[in-house]
Amino acid sequence: MQLWMRQIGAVLRLEMKKTFFSKRGWWIYCLAAAPVATTVLHWLLLSGARRSFPRHHVGDDSIIFAGLFQFFYLRATIFFGCMGIFSNLFRGEMLEKTLHYYFLTPMRRELLVIGKYLAGLSVALVLFVGSTAAAFLTIGRHFGPAWSDYLYHGPGMSQLGSYMLVAALGCVGYGAVFLMCGLLFRNPMIPAAVVFVWENLNPFLPAVLKKISVIFYLRSLCPVEVPVPPPFSVMVIDADPTPMWLAVPGLLALSLILLAYTALTARQTEINYGE
Amino acid sequence: MSESVISFSNVSRFYGEVLGINKVSLTVPPGVTSLVGPNGSGKTTLMNLMTGLIRPTQGEITVLGISPEHPEKLCRVVGYCAQFDTCPKGLTGYQFIYWFLRMHGFTPAECDKKTAAALDRVSMTAAAERPVGAYSKGMRQRIKLAQAIAHDPQVLVLDEPLNGLDPMARAETIALFREWGQDGRHVIVSSHILHEVDSISDQVILLSQGYVVAEGEIKGVRDEVKEQPMQILVRCNDPGGLAARLFLQDHMVEAKISRDRQGLLLRTTDADSFYLMLNRVILESGLVVESIAPADDDVNSVYQYLIGGEGGTV
Repeated sequence: MQLWMRQIGAVLRLEMKKTFFSKRGWWIYCLAAAPVATTVLHWLLLSGARRSFPRHHVGDDSIIFAGLFQFFYLRATIFFGCMGIFSNLFRGEMLEKTLHYYFLTPMRRELLVIGKYLAGLSVALVLFVGSTAAAFLTIGRHFGPAWSDYLYHGPGMSQLGSYMLVAALGCVGYGAVFLMCGLLFRNPMIPAAVVFVWENLNPFLPAVLKKISVIFYLRSLCPVEVPVPPPFSVMVIDADPTPMWLAVPGLLALSLILLAYTALTARQTEINYGE
Repeated sequence: MSESVISFSNVSRFYGEVLGINKVSLTVPPGVTSLVGPNGSGKTTLMNLMTGLIRPTQGEITVLGISPEHPEKLCRVVGYCAQFDTCPKGLTGYQFIYWFLRMHGFTPAECDKKTAAALDRVSMTAAAERPVGAYSKGMRQRIKLAQAIAHDPQVLVLDEPLNGLDPMARAETIALFREWGQDGRHVIVSSHILHEVDSISDQVILLSQGYVVAEGEIKGVRDEVKEQPMQILVRCNDPGGLAARLFLQDHMVEAKISRDRQGLLLRTTDADSFYLMLNRVILESGLVVESIAPADDDVNSVYQYLIGGEGGTV
């Protein structure tokens, strides 16, 4: 194996060892588990009260999940989860005064950035894509055979695949944003707050500005559209959704650009723990 | 030549408007070199510069011919035990050394071997499987030292490496430094404790307020301090008679007879003339001399003459 691959592999495994299932990440695991807990609760409650909701159909749960995914998963779970995971990869080391150990190894800083990003991405993918799949599979379980039919003979599996893809792309995009914030800013919470406000203002922005955002492309890829309820619906400005062939490579390209900038920044970074 | 030394050429480093070091030019040969100076004198800045953790504002640095701009080359030959009393959380002592060796690109078998050797050198094998977070300060210091030496570097940079060590560990660590120095490696040590520096070092670099005040072998540095009379201790059977003869000379400044009346502490502005005179006295008067030794060519004295302060612990 090439030297650079061995070095990236070492960073990846060390970071996984340090961060996966660490006590300090408890809130991220709670974030990932919350939607699953909600859908399990939904399943259990409706299993015992099917007769109280005779008009409740499989399609309704599909829309409920779309709402849960777009308003909770993308805007809270994946956004804040990625913030917690990725911004700590460098900033956490600076706060603990351990970054110099990495900088004193004979590896190019670019490889260190890639190794840390891949470690964060692995954790984020397992947590959030896994959580998305688990939540989707459980939300309609109370329908029994009808839900299995929806999954295996209807649009269920295709929707699940799309949601998992969007969750994965969300991790890729937000991961790159927050890895950069963690290296560039002493307090990554401030840029995270700015990004959060920008992403959530997205539906109300003019079409041109909408496109300068991660959430716009992710929403374009969601398989089920969620109707915006009044009175917010009057404030929403419609824009043509980006086709999949453009949204996916676009997001990947944006992430690559951010990662390249982070790698260049890492090359110039000096050890200054603020003493 | 540049392939075997650490060289600073007109190097300055500023932190905003605060001076770190200014216009430093020096050459560090193999052996043990101590950096001595009060807090804020620029010792850590100098060490961070030679290990590439910070960049100079101006000037050029090379370490065995390698620029710190290339950490992928530099960090193969340099090991740095920094001043920060921190280790990555969630790892055992063994894992701490092992995983950073993996980042060098060594195979797992090589990493195992090097980790075991490094742990053995600092007597930490028994505690290797305990989490670093549960170590005492002295153990953390030793595991940091093991991590710095694990890849067998040619240049070792050690910032206050004796801090937190008990007397036994101090003695063992000092012996290690001497051994590495004698192996022809560069060992650069900063310390506040001057008598320890004295016992370790082949040469010293004295720093004050970001400037190099003196550098070289301690005796050579002492000889350069012309305005301070040399102190010489002579143990003999007749210190009073010797003092009387010597005081006829112009270069004699002071003489003190020790309480046991067997020693004479002299201060002279011309050591060479003093030694000639002493030879003559011995021949003419039959004085029995037990020992003659300079009393102020140690780091402590040189430090006091050049920088001031109490000495002892800077």
